[in-house]
Amino acid sequence: MTPVDERIITALEGRFTRAADSFGTLLLEIERERLLEVVARLRHEFGFALFLDVTAVDRPGRTPRFDVVYHFLSPAERKRVRLTLGVSADDPTVPTLTGVYGAARFMEREAHEMYGIRFTDNDDLRPILLYEGFTGHPLRKDYAIDREQPTVPYRK
Amino acid sequence: MQVDHPPPVSSPLARAADPGHVVLNIGPSHPATHGTIQIIVEIDGETVRRADVHCGYLHRGFEKEAEHHTYHNVIPYTDRLNYCSALNNNFAYAEAVEKLLGIELTPRCIWLRTLLAEYNRIADHVTCVAASVMEMGAMTAFLYLMTVRDYIFEHLNHLTGARLTYSFVRIGGLARDLPDGWLERLEEILQFCERYLERIHGLLDRNGIFIGRTRDIARLTPEHALNWGFTGPILRSTGMAWDLRKEMPYLAYGELDFDVPTGIKGDNYDRYYVRMCEIDESISMVRQCVRKLPGGPVTVADPRVVLPEKPLVYSEIESLIHHFKLVTEGVQVPAGEVYVAHESPNGELGFYLVSDGSGRPYKLHVRAPSFIHVGGMHTMLEGYEVADVVPTFGSINMIGGECDR
Amino acid sequence: MAMMDYLTTRKDELVGWVRKFSLFPYPFVTACCGMEFMAVSSTLYDTDRFGAALPRFSPRQADLLMVVGTVNHKQAQVIRKVYEQMCEPKWVMAFGACATSGGFYRNYAVVQGVDKIIPVDIYVPGCPPRPESVIDAIMMLQDRIARDRHPILPFEQHAPDGTSSA
Repeated sequence: MTPVDERIITALEGRFTRAADSFGTLLLEIERERLLEVVARLRHEFGFALFLDVTAVDRPGRTPRFDVVYHFLSPAERKRVRLTLGVSADDPTVPTLTGVYGAARFMEREAHEMYGIRFTDNDDLRPILLYEGFTGHPLRKDYAIDREQPTVPYRK
Repeated sequence: MQVDHPPPVSSPLARAADPGHVVLNIGPSHPATHGTIQIIVEIDGETVRRADVHCGYLHRGFEKEAEHHTYHNVIPYTDRLNYCSALNNNFAYAEAVEKLLGIELTPRCIWLRTLLAEYNRIADHVTCVAASVMEMGAMTAFLYLMTVRDYIFEHLNHLTGARLTYSFVRIGGLARDLPDGWLERLEEILQFCERYLERIHGLLDRNGIFIGRTRDIARLTPEHALNWGFTGPILRSTGMAWDLRKEMPYLAYGELDFDVPTGIKGDNYDRYYVRMCEIDESISMVRQCVRKLPGGPVTVADPRVVLPEKPLVYSEIESLIHHFKLVTEGVQVPAGEVYVAHESPNGELGFYLVSDGSGRPYKLHVRAPSFIHVGGMHTMLEGYEVADVVPTFGSINMIGGECDR
Repeated sequence: MAMMDYLTTRKDELVGWVRKFSLFPYPFVTACCGMEFMAVSSTLYDTDRFGAALPRFSPRQADLLMVVGTVNHKQAQVIRKVYEQMCEPKWVMAFGACATSGGFYRNYAVVQGVDKIIPVDIYVPGCPPRPESVIDAIMMLQDRIARDRHPILPFEQHAPDGTSSA
């Protein structure tokens, strides 16, 4: 654990369930309700100005089923942080970060169409890589890889 | 027989907010959109009031494919992400897997990967500049740069076997070592590149038409760029000197001597100029790598990842079984997760790999810089003119394979 | 009459010769093959020598639709529309492995070959194909155009039984 990690862990004491080092990235497991608070503090106190990524991991056998994973970068501290929060399949909602970072718009749309994660208060969750009329969420483990949904009737 | 064609994704601009405005659709099949992208703009005369950008016309299911293939079989898929600089993607992916495996690369491999990454960066920036200026009519510059790029392709073809999508990396090293005469030819190509770049500078840098079309267009401030997730040459053109190779070095960048060029205004002209300067820096870095290249093996001798020698495979049963298991089941990577980011020519290219201990990735997510940049592109279009859409889009260097994955 | 057949075959030769050396490609570029398309149109491997250099980015003005790169289901409607907007005579070249058969992408997003949507005249294998392969394909297509029938005269448009011979 580097000094930067120690400072972040001390400042966010009680707001995460687990902290670990993942090959140089600080990993924090948090609860869904803490997300906006933790993100705001990371941004304003530690300079995590660059929102890198939001995605999800589907673990079908486990409860909660989805892990929503966020990555942030602080150019000032030269540090990356990964936030992980568990989300269940029957209530896959997570607060949106579009009010904090503009970059969240496209990334949340992609996480929504690929995994079905709903971002509350984000009213633009149109498909971005897929198309309207596509049913299902392809990156979930129960979606068969070659289940195609053609938009144009095939010839012959 | 006419088939009904509704648009794939509805747009809030389907009806113009103001009856005096016109909604114009640019793309997805358009001469100036390199890669397929659809930009729907609402224009008032010539000025763009609102823009809605749609991507996804090249979505090829990279992440789903990666979950169904072994770690080595994923390498050709990573090539086709940012296909202009395929080696950078290869190396970033391989580093993610090697981190989970705990493999330390040989010195020669590290320096060769650095050399090839910079060499491919030259090719990518050349392609970006060539395509974007061609759209503004500078056909001469395009043809000069295509010639340079073709020599680089043929040279890499001599090394890897392919002109564009190399698949040269292996987990734990590279596919093969350099052939004879490769480094001499490399120096020839770098000199040729420098001569032609001088011509491009002469054609474009002080060209009134070029300046008129790119200066003060699509300006970005560093705060705005960071908020919208811009990295790479776009962020550097705003004046912020953030380069992963300098700030969070990986491979052999800590031992190389190079500058990080930054812009002043964050407009299209600065993005072009930052890329041209980065080509010069890359040429210098390639030459440093050639001078400092150590000897030794290029692949680490770790039985978990390296196939045994063929004579042994044909004679010993242990080697045969080892070879069989490595090829069919894949490299067994311990369970865990890792996020590795490299400074690709477009920005921060990150691979988030989750492994469950088997020979196939459990999840492989690509943090694609082009995708994020396209997400922020509408802020660079609104307020400027319709004719600026094309140079702005060209200056972002959206590569479809990376944006849509 | 034999004389009429002789004259129409000579006319077909002339029209075929003219059409094959004045191809106007519509490069429907989507993916990595586009880089090779740019290379084959540039100075080192030049398609201008074969008359197929000038791209026409309007389907109304083009006669060779080059499907360069992967076509996915989102793009399928677009390419169908572009193909329908082109006027006869038109040819389609499936450039690259993805356009030919879906390449090595076998998943929910990719159309397994553009010939599932539009008829293809010539396939160019490779991922991406070398520029020499592309030129070879253009030359093969030109041979085919040269040998084809070109019913452009009024009496050739409709056969006596009312069917069109276009």
